[in-house]
Amino acid sequence: MAGTPLARVMGWLRERLPIDALEEFASHKTVPKYRGSIWYYFGGVSLFLFIVQVTTGILLILYYQPGVQTAYESVRFTVVHVRFGWLVRSIHTWSANLMIFSVFVHMFSVYFTKAFRRPRELTWLSGFVLLLLCLGFGFSGYLLPWNTLAYFATKVGTAITATAPLVGPWLMQLLRGGKDVGAETLTRFFGLHVALMPAIFTAILGIHLLLIQIQGMHEPHGWKDAPPAERRTMPFFPNFILRDLLLWLIVLNVLAILAVMFPWEIGHKADPNAPAPLGIKPEWYFLFMYQALKYFPGKILGLDGDAVGVLLFGLGGLLWALVPFWDPRLPSGARNRALNWIGIVVVAAILVLTGIGLS
Amino acid sequence: MGQDTSQPISRRSFLNYLLGLSVVGWAGSVLFPIYEYFKIPPKRDDEPTSVVAASLKSLKPNQGVIFKFGSHPGILIMGIDGQLRAFSAVCTHLDCTVKYRPDLQKIHCACHGGMYDLNGQNISGPPPRPLTPYKVTQRGDDVIVSRT
Repeated sequence: MAGTPLARVMGWLRERLPIDALEEFASHKTVPKYRGSIWYYFGGVSLFLFIVQVTTGILLILYYQPGVQTAYESVRFTVVHVRFGWLVRSIHTWSANLMIFSVFVHMFSVYFTKAFRRPRELTWLSGFVLLLLCLGFGFSGYLLPWNTLAYFATKVGTAITATAPLVGPWLMQLLRGGKDVGAETLTRFFGLHVALMPAIFTAILGIHLLLIQIQGMHEPHGWKDAPPAERRTMPFFPNFILRDLLLWLIVLNVLAILAVMFPWEIGHKADPNAPAPLGIKPEWYFLFMYQALKYFPGKILGLDGDAVGVLLFGLGGLLWALVPFWDPRLPSGARNRALNWIGIVVVAAILVLTGIGLS
Repeated sequence: MGQDTSQPISRRSFLNYLLGLSVVGWAGSVLFPIYEYFKIPPKRDDEPTSVVAASLKSLKPNQGVIFKFGSHPGILIMGIDGQLRAFSAVCTHLDCTVKYRPDLQKIHCACHGGMYDLNGQNISGPPPRPLTPYKVTQRGDDVIVSRT
């Protein structure tokens, strides 16, 4: 066989894999070019940050020792003694925060461009589950260094689950591995964070990405009816991919700057017998729920106020997840102003409550 | 004004060269910290140079005991003649911990059947080298083992 070694290897693979079909598929895939095109990039950014999380997470496990006596010490050892350990940990933490931010932006952009509509209901649903898993990653990973803030945040966070009706107390004990936050909680959260959730996340992410490939990029409203001259597109490969990669590079650089200039602190080792320090707050992405729960009175119609709050948040989340199924029943047609207003109110409420919570 | 045909590289290949260089630089700046991260940092040197291995009262002839010497096991043997000897208990074959066999009056490694005599010399089986010997001294009833 003639040609360069690379061509020979490709030839060998071509005989065994449907590479031609994949190339054919990629050559037809296009991305619409319009003023909303920027929103197409946030899914890719989230994916990139997930890759960063997996890479730095595996590195952190090399030195991490779960356990009440060892967790904090091993994280401190990583940060102080391991070469670039401070950088790896700082990138993991910053990337986690940016990932959750990027996932939220991705979700709201899909909502407002109505990209969840038929036939993309399953993509939306799988994305919603991925968002919940991201929050789960944030919550479980926060405890792992076993410092004071994490300890009390986990106490409060798991105690809130106990207020949920019926299954609450059972769920709290399942999470804590006992009546209180302790050694069992730490190993459970470690297992969740590094084994169970990554496995589920990867599987659902695979489905999510596959659905996007099967259905193609979402086109804005009225795209199909527009004259061909106005339907400007960009080839997915290589044009869109190269732009995606460039953005990934920029995100990585932002990440490096944040991690170097604002390294994440380890804080003080958790002491279960010490009183909670002032200013215990959840991470910013839970702040809007935390702040909202404060406004519920102790008792509502004889029910526990927190329980009502948790129930309302659960119902709200469920309605949000099911938007592809109730949106067509709204009367205002394809443009659907009502949907926009609902979205704007939700975003505004989240921003205001987070702002109050931060200040 | 004709084009300068003697120009050795075109603008395009120059830019490609720069691009390639920056990709290599970028990859290096990512991979170097990861490579360094794998280096296990030296632990503080707190390995003791000597240790109380056992009390004379607890030893009888033709007996061996394993003791902790820093982060490694050591073996202290009182021979049939009452003489005390101490070695590293780490088999030189594949790092198993050896044991004194009173029935054979030899040091035996159960993993692959390695055998050492009472001077720590490898006499049969796979071990390639003798056991590392330690110095034994006494202070009162304490048997003190130190690195030679």
